[in-house]
Amino acid sequence: MTAEATPSLVGKTDGPAGAGPSARGARARGTSGYPRYVAGKLGGAAVSLLAVLVTSFFLFRLIPGDPVKFMTGGRQVSAEQLAAYRREFGLDLPLWEQFTDYCGKALTGDLGTSYQFRAPVIDKITEALPNTLLLTGTSFVLYTALGIFLGTRAAWRSGGLGDRLNTGLALTLYSIPSFWLGLLLIIVFSVGIGPIPGLFPTGGMESGGEEGFAYVLDVAHHLVLPVVTLVAVEYGQTLLVTRSALLDEMGGDYLTTARAKGLRDDLVRRRHAVPNALLPTMTLIFINLGRTVAGVILVETVFSWPGLGGLFYQALSVPDLPLVQGLFFVFAAAVIVMNTLADLIYPLLDPRVGR
Amino acid sequence: MTTTDPDEPMTTPEAVSKAQVAKAGPRALARQRRRRSAARFWHRYGTHRAGLFGLAALGLFALIALTAPLTVGSGVQSVTDAPGRPMESPSAEFPLGTDQFGRSLLGLVVWGSRVSLLVGLLAAVLSVAIGALIGITAGHFRGWYATVMMRITDWFLVMPTLVLAIALATVMSRSLGTIILAIGVTTWPTTARLVRAQTLAVESRPYIERAKALGGGHWHVMSRHVLPNVMPLVLAQTTLIISSAILAEATLAFLGLGDPTVVSWGGLLQDAREAGAVSAGKWWYLVPPGIAIAVVALAFTLCGRAVESVLNPRLGVAR
Repeated sequence: MTAEATPSLVGKTDGPAGAGPSARGARARGTSGYPRYVAGKLGGAAVSLLAVLVTSFFLFRLIPGDPVKFMTGGRQVSAEQLAAYRREFGLDLPLWEQFTDYCGKALTGDLGTSYQFRAPVIDKITEALPNTLLLTGTSFVLYTALGIFLGTRAAWRSGGLGDRLNTGLALTLYSIPSFWLGLLLIIVFSVGIGPIPGLFPTGGMESGGEEGFAYVLDVAHHLVLPVVTLVAVEYGQTLLVTRSALLDEMGGDYLTTARAKGLRDDLVRRRHAVPNALLPTMTLIFINLGRTVAGVILVETVFSWPGLGGLFYQALSVPDLPLVQGLFFVFAAAVIVMNTLADLIYPLLDPRVGR
Repeated sequence: MTTTDPDEPMTTPEAVSKAQVAKAGPRALARQRRRRSAARFWHRYGTHRAGLFGLAALGLFALIALTAPLTVGSGVQSVTDAPGRPMESPSAEFPLGTDQFGRSLLGLVVWGSRVSLLVGLLAAVLSVAIGALIGITAGHFRGWYATVMMRITDWFLVMPTLVLAIALATVMSRSLGTIILAIGVTTWPTTARLVRAQTLAVESRPYIERAKALGGGHWHVMSRHVLPNVMPLVLAQTTLIISSAILAEATLAFLGLGDPTVVSWGGLLQDAREAGAVSAGKWWYLVPPGIAIAVVALAFTLCGRAVESVLNPRLGVAR
């Protein structure tokens, strides 16, 4: 325990001194500090998005074989028909022309036409996006709340039995492949083992034919197992980060002061320690949100959830180039946008961070 | 961090007397110092119960994987002369049941450990090697090289790892090499960031200036001074990355992007799903490979965290 207390005291003494120069620097630059910071971050994000756009184009051109062959699925097709297909999807143009075409269209929101659905990629994505947002949004709120709650508990009584159990369980669940947990949950709660009947649907998002409030209930019923899976595999990381952030704060003099004032233990924790410890956790929370959107591929595949992840899996098995490209861009963009948001919000929350 | 340890005698370079140097020579002294710090490391690692548990589990799995040719033999993969009937429940003959071809699941899980561990290890080594190389050079050479390298690192850092790995595995042929490459190429940026920070810290110490003044070139400084100092970090990072590499391998195999000709834990789960084990409620087909993945991934995570907390006691990892 002494090992934890000593360095944090050291950290406290060099904290203000370290913050000095950057604070002076901000004043010297005048009041334009934050707008300038925002402009820099937004510029960086724009460059990253552009880089992703370029990558998504070239990466998937590396797929060996002729995309038109995949489209026809090995059927006997005349040469004219193949040429017609090529023209339809712009594959007869030279690569660089395809590329400029692709970039120009992407800027106007046109991501091409899906080979397998014969529909605009952007339509398929906007169709699936709300479903993914419903799934990831619900799980995100739950696992963040659970992670912060349990992480705080674990750190406050660090080294105790509760801490060991909590951290151990979080690490174990973190090591479990999400798709495997999903499959097991389906077997136990949807198919049913022995005396346990199937309580939840095996997959999909709705049973069909329901309307109004019954429809909402039906979707919620379908939502339970995928959300449980996502929460179980994701909350561990939030727990561990919250725990270590709070442990860093534990030696703080201001906590001793708060206790000396006669505050109850859980007030010291809730009002004084946790708000400070949440600052580093905030960054992780945003990054997690972006990652959850991308990481949902497996859970959606296992539960046949009609979202972006399920669509990505379908597109991969063809492979449906424009759709794969479009989804790749959307997944990467989700992470970039969330990282940028975290960067933008962090200085507003923590004035010590140099603007 | 190491100097704050109370039960360790002060062995700063200044404390070493000239007589000792004359007697043993600088090389021998350096060797001695490394041996001592390794002993200290093991002593402190021994206080982490979770870390010891992880190490024991790893030893067990390594033993299972290495002795698999003797215990089950490569014949266990053969579909044509499978010993049992398809999808048998666990019995005395097949303790974990059989798969859809009638092969013994116990044998397959044991045999699959070889591929899963091998891919995990090699992918992690590749990932950490790339990360360490880029981290050390970006920390050593400043200027445009470092800027370009860190830009590339940042770019890889924002890419969703799994999506990028899936994309890479899709565009390349189905083989173990592809999987290793896809995982290695997508997971290195964190290591590069950490190693670069450590390199900058090491290079700001006075003895690096001394080494340069005595005529030490770039290669000498990086290999003799920086590398030994970032090694512990690299070690901890490798252990942690193996765990995520094993999970990533299972994921890619489950999505059907693995090598179809070899048996791996992720591949077994994909087989189970495709054979309809889920809807038939045959849980005993799914449980063993999943537990194997989880135990090995957990064991590597526990070891990595123990190593990390020995190197950086401030983390306060639960023991």
